[in-house]
Amino acid sequence: MSADLGGMTVETVLGRWPFAAQFLQEKGLANVLDRPDTALDVVVDPTVLQDMAAFIAEMEAFLGSGEEPVRELTIKGGRAKDGSPEPVAELTARAGEVLCIVGPTGSGKSRLLADIEWVARGDTPTGRHVLINGEVPDNRWRGGSGMHLVAQLSQNMNFVMDLSVRDFLSLHAESRQAPEPLEKIERIATWANELAGEPFAMDTPITSLSGGQSRALMIADIAVLSASPVVLIDEIENAGIDRRQALDILIQQEKIVLMATHDPILALMGDRRVVIGGGAMTKVIAPSAGERANLVELKALDARLMELRRRLRAGEVLDQI
Amino acid sequence: MRFVTVSGPPAVGKTAVIIKTLEHIQGEGHKVGVVKFDCLATEDDVLYRKRGIPVRKGLAGALCPDHYFVSNVEECVQWGLATGLDMLVSESAGLCNRCSPHIRGVLAVCVIDNLSGTDAPRKIGPMLKAADVVVITKGDIVSQAEREVFAARVRMVNPQASILHVNGITGQGSYELGTLWSGTRETATVEGLKLRFSMPAALCSYCLGETRIGADYQLGNVRKMDLDLPTGAKTDGGPGGEP
Ligand SMILES: Nc1nc2c(ncn2[C@@H]2O[C@H](COP(=O)(O)OP(=O)(O)O)[C@@H](O)[C@H]2O)c(=O)[nH]1
Ligand SMILES: Nc1ncnc2c1ncn2[C@@H]1O[C@H](COP(=O)(O)OP(=O)(O)O)[C@@H](O)[C@H]1O
Ligand SMILES: [Mg+2]
Ligand SMILES: [Mg+2]
Repeated sequence: MSADLGGMTVETVLGRWPFAAQFLQEKGLANVLDRPDTALDVVVDPTVLQDMAAFIAEMEAFLGSGEEPVRELTIKGGRAKDGSPEPVAELTARAGEVLCIVGPTGSGKSRLLADIEWVARGDTPTGRHVLINGEVPDNRWRGGSGMHLVAQLSQNMNFVMDLSVRDFLSLHAESRQAPEPLEKIERIATWANELAGEPFAMDTPITSLSGGQSRALMIADIAVLSASPVVLIDEIENAGIDRRQALDILIQQEKIVLMATHDPILALMGDRRVVIGGGAMTKVIAPSAGERANLVELKALDARLMELRRRLRAGEVLDQI
Repeated sequence: MRFVTVSGPPAVGKTAVIIKTLEHIQGEGHKVGVVKFDCLATEDDVLYRKRGIPVRKGLAGALCPDHYFVSNVEECVQWGLATGLDMLVSESAGLCNRCSPHIRGVLAVCVIDNLSGTDAPRKIGPMLKAADVVVITKGDIVSQAEREVFAARVRMVNPQASILHVNGITGQGSYELGTLWSGTRETATVEGLKLRFSMPAALCSYCLGETRIGADYQLGNVRKMDLDLPTGAKTDGGPGGEP
């Protein structure tokens, strides 16, 4: 491909692959952009041309992934740690569904999530197979095109870049080559502000957002801009964000949400619970009507605890609760 | 024996990732070993030994660490074979960013972390650019968006590489990295193989131990910056002022 690329004019190349401009800038060749009528091989040397061809091919694969959305993910059971067949032989999660993963430490929760992330083909310790839209997916999802099936969100994450909210979101949109970036950035900010309840301005540095604001921004950003169809949530802390609404945003964007949690409220918010034990999926529970009804009571309990926390913080005494 | 070269800037998690990955390969009954290259000092050998991984270390001391690596790599491969290893991994620290220890025909892995800033992939140079596999660590402590931006920057510098996220602490992703390592070809010798990048051309008086500053002391391969100094400014005065 690099041969034909060299013969094209700068203008043709940029017309066909707008993201090539970003590549040239990265290579310190921004001046090439000012010479639209010149053949590329006149202004760019052969090794750079070769890299550019590879970059274009990878970007095409990366962007092309949008063509067929991930509608469902199927896990075909393998074997437990003791070698016995996995009790749950098949599990399918659909876009817009929330699955909770529960089980004691060492039971194999992280392994299950890693199997999904690696799109296992019987080549992990569990012998599981993962299918996308019912088919064995190609290698693309194994990091080959920088594609990753799973986006992650955990309590330990912090923003580290020295950028304002606006610049940060623009940078992410740009790296994703997202269409209509401005609309997306606005939407992320609006949702994040709703989730956090304490509004922040677009020019706030991301590193000075509060815990709740950071988490809210991370969730809204994953919903709108992340390339990954599956979102893995490792507990969302109770403080500072509306967790139901957070899940709703992800569901609305057709994400498959996997949530490792032992918080009863979050667990009952899931559509199904996958129980892990001995390295295997041992059963899948759909919350019964009874369980769902208890959610109301749990939320009331939770609200009371939150109120007590607020009072403590305000310096009150808790002799009356 | 399979041979893998691992490089990356200091403290990105090379040792952590190598240990987690080799644990899986050891677990499958293979004998694994490490050679660790560094400049002045390293404690990494202790970490490897604690996990029952045979290790040799090489400290470049006064020599250019990359030159030191190439001059010793064949002997390291022979050590690995003599020790009966199924897999040998070399760990070299980031050194000067101008270099890379990667060899044509030997699986080349570059480790970088999400904390090193969005410009890092561009600055790291041949080590990253010439790698087959790029491992990005510390994704557990930055946001998903930052991981994605960082990975996109890596892809820009090295579009061909497989990019893997590995957590050096929990080992998440290391099993998968191990499958790539196990899948690489056998190496019986690296004699006659070529480096993917030439080492920096340098043989000047400072390479040979000179410590004094000034043009009079600069012999050999010396190149001056173009600073546009006003005429009359001292450019070649050598040691001036009071003795
Ligand atoms: N949070 C986090 N820390 C890591 C990760 N990988 C390595 N570290 C830590 O980073 C530090 C440097 O790691 P080390 O393996 O010695 O780096 P090296 O100099 O590249 O060999 C250690 O404290 C590790 O525990 C990771 O994925 N996440
Ligand atoms: N089916 C299995 N067969 C073999 N090993 C397994 C299996 N499931 C999990 N493991 C291993 O058991 C250990 C503990 O699993 P992990 O997923 O870390 O547990 P958790 O996240 O629930 O604490 C890991 O080393 C993992 O690779
Ligand atoms: Mg775990
Ligand atoms: Mg180390």
